Amino acid sequence: MWNYTDKVKDYFFDPKNAGVIDNPDGVGEVGSISCGDALRLMIKVDPETMVITDAKFQTFGCGSAIASSSALTELVIGKTIDEAKKITNQDIADFLGGLPPEKMHCSVMGHEALLAAIANYTGEELAEDDHEEGALLCKCFGIDEGMVERAVRGNKLTSLEQLTAYTKAGGACKTCHEKLEEKLAEVNAEMVTEGMLTSAEAFTLGGAKPVAKAAPLIQISPLAAEAKKAQPVKPGMTNLQKIMIIQQAIEELRPHLQADGGDVELVDVDGDSVFVHLKGACSGCQMSSITLQGVQGALMEKLGRPVRVIPADARRLMDA
Amino acid sequence: MTTDIKSIYLDNNATTRCDPRVVEEMLPFFSEQFGNPSSIHSFGSQVGAKVREARAQVAALLGAEHDSEIVFTSGGTESDNAAILSALDLAPERREIITTAVEHPAILSLCDYLKKHKDYTIHIIPVDKQGRLDVAAYKAALSDRVAIASIMYANNETGTLFPVEGLAEMAKPYGILFHTDAVQAVGKVALDLKNSDIDMLSLSGHKLHAPKGIGALYLKRGTRFRPLIRGGHQERERRAGTENTTGIIGLGKACELALSYMEHENTEVARLRDKLEQGIISQVSHAFVTGDVRNRLPNTTNIAFEYIEGEAILLFLNRMGIAASSGSACTSGSLEPSHVLRAMQIPFTAAHSATRFSLSRETTEDEIDYVISHVPAIISRLRALSPYWDGDKPRADAFQPDYA
Repeated sequence: MWNYTDKVKDYFFDPKNAGVIDNPDGVGEVGSISCGDALRLMIKVDPETMVITDAKFQTFGCGSAIASSSALTELVIGKTIDEAKKITNQDIADFLGGLPPEKMHCSVMGHEALLAAIANYTGEELAEDDHEEGALLCKCFGIDEGMVERAVRGNKLTSLEQLTAYTKAGGACKTCHEKLEEKLAEVNAEMVTEGMLTSAEAFTLGGAKPVAKAAPLIQISPLAAEAKKAQPVKPGMTNLQKIMIIQQAIEELRPHLQADGGDVELVDVDGDSVFVHLKGACSGCQMSSITLQGVQGALMEKLGRPVRVIPADARRLMDA
Repeated sequence: MTTDIKSIYLDNNATTRCDPRVVEEMLPFFSEQFGNPSSIHSFGSQVGAKVREARAQVAALLGAEHDSEIVFTSGGTESDNAAILSALDLAPERREIITTAVEHPAILSLCDYLKKHKDYTIHIIPVDKQGRLDVAAYKAALSDRVAIASIMYANNETGTLFPVEGLAEMAKPYGILFHTDAVQAVGKVALDLKNSDIDMLSLSGHKLHAPKGIGALYLKRGTRFRPLIRGGHQERERRAGTENTTGIIGLGKACELALSYMEHENTEVARLRDKLEQGIISQVSHAFVTGDVRNRLPNTTNIAFEYIEGEAILLFLNRMGIAASSGSACTSGSLEPSHVLRAMQIPFTAAHSATRFSLSRETTEDEIDYVISHVPAIISRLRALSPYWDGDKPRADAFQPDYA
């Protein structure tokens, strides 16, 4: 049995706002019966104030899918369209007191339905999405075969470490590493056939190459190129030089984190320990340790020496 | 709905309650007769005899000719692995394996590994929409390149029985070793292995009211074998490691009891299962039984309720005190419908909701009546939430979602 919170159970057994709105102003439909979950979200909007006055849902899915749908309606009612656009899937999960990692996709489905319903109301076109292509490989982060293939092809990835860096796949529980390696080998083999890679570069099963270097653990690929441009700092640099380089590197990283609703701030540097403060979506999120690793990787690229990136609030514990 | 919350266990294909008589039989061997059966001294003096008795009890349930054909293991998965890997070890020139699309992961994951990493060719025999094996495909796969055929006796999800006796006979002329994963069948189906061509058979204690962590591999006398686990001389050097004496004694007792309940299982348990099935199907529309209903285990029914999802059904059942399962417990946590139902090409509208009720000799008429009276309301309640359902029928305008 899943370890559902009481709130998830409440919203499953006695869901609020289940049902249909006659003549809704916006409808968002996501999922499919073959995927195992599907959601129709209906909203009523006051055209004067742009406030969502009512929301109802119909859901085909598991306990957490139904609870997430109901939670979503509770979150959006009373909000303006602009406010509702800012709701994330994490907000839905938080509203329910958290979801098991395997069930986070339920909150993602809710979020997608909300975006679809809003787009349906405003008449906007939605960007093409990459949801559910092929088998789900990494359950922790909901990464499917399609996304892995695009990342591998688009960035010429040839190691599992790089794949984790670019997609987060395999970055948490690690149980999918075998499947990821198989997919990576398969795509690399295709790329060799197509002339995109040499066979020496390609990843093959059982032939992991130690030369493959881990890319920074940040999802946006141009970062790697920029990091490479920076010259490694000479060992004899002063503390001030070092701090300036670190500060500069962190400034370059911030827009990427801000794009995901988070932020990072340099607090202090002590020897090879860099203390940072994570904010917004980064702090407390299950990804924060991975974000820290990403920052650490980028700093090591720039400095050309090993450093440890530590959350500032952990320092208090170290000093104590 | 009534507020009378009961506790009704209808998930006996996942595991069974250890019979109190089994526990009683085991208890002295934890703290009094705790000695190692290999020792000379008196602390283990009765243990050896009791283990021999257990071996005979298991052999009797299987209809085996010799007690020595029973090798105690840690359970079904170990028995399955030992059988297949031994067969491959003994015939290195044979590079093919025959199995089915609906086996337990203990077989399928191993075969997948052997295919990917050891370069074996795996013939995965398909099933039809009733879950019946494609015998023509099986026949076509037989050749002297095949080391082992491993075909389950009964399917854990639908209860469908495969004609393993006949399949074993068909494999014989090619020198193929025949193994069957009979974890679900042992104790529910009368077996007579001494008159069959089955070379190896796996069984698991906790599926027949013995404890978890004990099982056995039947090895027909004369079948060559290479042990999976090497070490001491236990089990005639076919399975090393100090015997799980309490488990073995419990399994022996459980097999003795299973034999005595065999008729009850095939009459009374089957009657209750049929009553449950008819009671539900007659009240709920767009619900159907999966599997081969004319040829299946007496205790199992697997019912698909279209347009709703299985976990939601289980959560409601659980709140009513009813334990059942959706697909195989081993595949929970997976986001895909069970491989068994996919192999049977159960439509997606139903595959996600297939709910298995598996009874045991402990199931009572009152319990079945209670379940029959509660299931329809749960199904209606969930269908009321479903975007694919409208009132008392599926929605006419197909739900056409697009991804946000």
